[in-house]
Amino acid sequence: MSDTPITYVRDTMLPQQAPPTSEVGPVRWARENLFSSPMNAILTILSLYIVYTVISHVGPWLINGIWDADSLSECREIIAAKGDGHHSAACFGVITARWHQLVFGYYPSELYWRPVLALLVFFVGIAPVLFPSLPRKLFIVSMVAPFLCFWLLWGGSIWLPISIALGFGVGVVAFKLLSVSVSSLVAIIGAILLPLIYWLYLSGPLAAGLASIVPLGIEFVPSRSFGGFMLSIVIGLSAIVISLPLGILLALGRQSDLFIIKTCAVVFIEVIRGVPLIVWLFTAQLLLNYFLPPGSNFDLTLRVIIMVTLFASAYIAEVVRGGLAALPKGQYEGGDSLGLNYWQSMQLIILPQALKISIPGIVNTFIGLFKDTTLVVFIGLFDPLGIASAIRATTEWNGIYWELFLFIGIMFFISCFSMGRYSLYLEKKLQREHR
Amino acid sequence: MSTLTDPPKPGFRLSQLIYDTRYRSITIQVIALALIVAAFWWLGNNTVNNLNALGKDFNFGFLNSAAGYDINQKLIEYNNQMSHGRAALVGILNTLLVAFLGCIAALIIGVFVGVLRLSKNWVVSKLMAVYVEGFRNVPLLIWILLIGAVMSESMPQPREFRGENATQSMYFSDNVAVTNRGIWIPRIGFTNSVSGEEAVAPVEGAAAVASGGLDWLLVLGTLGLSLFAMRLVRQRADRIQQATGERPTTWYQRLGLLIIPVGIVLFLLGATIVSPYLKGFNFTEGIHLRNSLIALWFALSLYTGAFIAEIVRAGILAVSKGQSEAAAALGIQPSRTMNLVILPQAMRVIIPPLISQFLNLTKNSSLAIAVGYMDVRATLGGITINQTGRELEGMLLMGAFYLALSLVISGGMNYYNRSTQLAER
Repeated sequence: MSDTPITYVRDTMLPQQAPPTSEVGPVRWARENLFSSPMNAILTILSLYIVYTVISHVGPWLINGIWDADSLSECREIIAAKGDGHHSAACFGVITARWHQLVFGYYPSELYWRPVLALLVFFVGIAPVLFPSLPRKLFIVSMVAPFLCFWLLWGGSIWLPISIALGFGVGVVAFKLLSVSVSSLVAIIGAILLPLIYWLYLSGPLAAGLASIVPLGIEFVPSRSFGGFMLSIVIGLSAIVISLPLGILLALGRQSDLFIIKTCAVVFIEVIRGVPLIVWLFTAQLLLNYFLPPGSNFDLTLRVIIMVTLFASAYIAEVVRGGLAALPKGQYEGGDSLGLNYWQSMQLIILPQALKISIPGIVNTFIGLFKDTTLVVFIGLFDPLGIASAIRATTEWNGIYWELFLFIGIMFFISCFSMGRYSLYLEKKLQREHR
Repeated sequence: MSTLTDPPKPGFRLSQLIYDTRYRSITIQVIALALIVAAFWWLGNNTVNNLNALGKDFNFGFLNSAAGYDINQKLIEYNNQMSHGRAALVGILNTLLVAFLGCIAALIIGVFVGVLRLSKNWVVSKLMAVYVEGFRNVPLLIWILLIGAVMSESMPQPREFRGENATQSMYFSDNVAVTNRGIWIPRIGFTNSVSGEEAVAPVEGAAAVASGGLDWLLVLGTLGLSLFAMRLVRQRADRIQQATGERPTTWYQRLGLLIIPVGIVLFLLGATIVSPYLKGFNFTEGIHLRNSLIALWFALSLYTGAFIAEIVRAGILAVSKGQSEAAAALGIQPSRTMNLVILPQAMRVIIPPLISQFLNLTKNSSLAIAVGYMDVRATLGGITINQTGRELEGMLLMGAFYLALSLVISGGMNYYNRSTQLAER
């Protein structure tokens, strides 16, 4: 303490001052995020320039788009009548005029309700799988749904899907009876062989006989009429649904101790993965008839679905194998020490954990699979791109490119992007570890 | 299977094949084997019957007969009198060419975008996110068709480059021409070629040039030796640093080693740049990159680049922050932290999925069909099959080519994985 008298003592608090404008709000944000260093500033300006260039070129084209025109020439007349002096406007009229074709292909227009209903049935069927909180009784719908969808899409006699479904019934009954009376191994073999025999020799005559007694059915629609996004969705969804269990089985086979099973799984997976899908599609188109009994004529769309399914199942198998390999060895040993047999320990201990780990990979495979459905255009099916070139071949819309590509691209983007987001959501929901 | 060598005491009963776990695995495998053999027999039998019914046989003799079709892009000598086998080889080389170019471009794009997406700069990272999501979620085929359409619909025609008041001009001081028929870039010719090829003057009045395989072998050989010498210099610097702690400055030695020998060889061979120019209705001379190659190459690299960007990003994020902090604590310069600490660890995470992306790109190059690029599917799996009616043989060969390529690459990847894996208990 000094002796000098204190001349001033503050006895009131000053009000808080606002921080300098360079340290708050958008200015500060911009300083920290956009212009923190010369390099950053250059990058920012460059990116803004790119964004500006794209928007200034594409923006007017999009906004001035003509939505109500029945042909390209009509659309160009409308644009010329607007008198902007330049031709920068999109002709989205092609989408409104050919909307049904892009969505349903050449499906008979009075039957559009059938694919729509089939999609609804599919969603009801898949709901109990996706959302565990729903009542378990809905699984009955899940079991009926594939056959119902098949029948709704292709039509024809109702007895064909029913007699095919009966095959699975035969398998289940055989398994139940044999596993009680003989042993589980015999039961599994029986559950595989008996339905195969049934499908090969009995189901066809049974369906034909029932159809001749009680002719019950709806109008048959040949596969050639399928097209547009409907075809993509049919191929994509059926391949997704069938390839998941197949892929899991393959992955288990590849991890198996049984030498022959393991070798077969490895060879199958590597051969399928080593060759591009397009080669497999051409195989389905050109070669499958060589491998089947002489005279058998197999629907091209079904062949494609089978090929795409096998292709996807090999990829799924590798993803699931990654999940199986990531589990600590103690989980397998724990299952054994509890006295569970192979299938029990897989079902109760290993697979729930392994599949949880593999979810992102599985969904990515599905996204890739859905995108790959566009390849069927090369073997003459009318997927959206095939429909687009068919539209371009008509006199009304000869010479239209960008609008169709944009539309198809956006549709695929929406579906694939939302699948990706769902996988992220699922990943977070199933995350049990502390983080 | 040590349990199998231990026979049961009370004799063997048939029911043990089903109930006894020691024998059950054999039963299962035997049944599986029988089913597989039966299935293959059935398929083979059907194939033989079908081939007989069609009056076809199974042989690869068609590979030696004259192909009779032209291929517009060839890396080796080919004309339509040569065999189907030669045409298939041209196609294979074209596949490998676009795959190679695509892998390099995709890697560059992917690393750039992956790093930039982690940038703190909001605009840049969002722009990169838009690029990545856009390309990952839209089918590759659409991108190929789109870029093909851009190339053939929006680019100027060659005649627009003609005359005094041409509406279009070439880029890079009249060296690169971008037209709707493809892109022309300059090529290098040698006035003192040693390859023995006949030298031709590209333009009247200019020096005659030739460029043969031997010339390029000489240049590349010199480059290889230079790289080897550069490595020796670096190893010597490493040794000195280990011994004395002082690292000698070597960058000028290495730069000189890289440039001077190749420069001397190029000078001795008389390397000259031969630019494309307009002749008649089209450009001539230089290297013509066809629209099909450009569209396929760009689409493949942009598409795969988006996937690689995600891999690179994940790899960098996988290295924990403690690593760079520890490097700083040890006094390693920030510029060397990336090279010495972060990248080696990130690489372990990045390389395996990266190589499988390269594999995907190679397989996706079969989408060449969309733009008419003459790859192996178009030659062997397309025109050859159509002309000879040998679907079975052609598809088998094509499948075998892709399969061999995949197995070689994935074998290399497994080898790399084993060599870089962390040793665990």
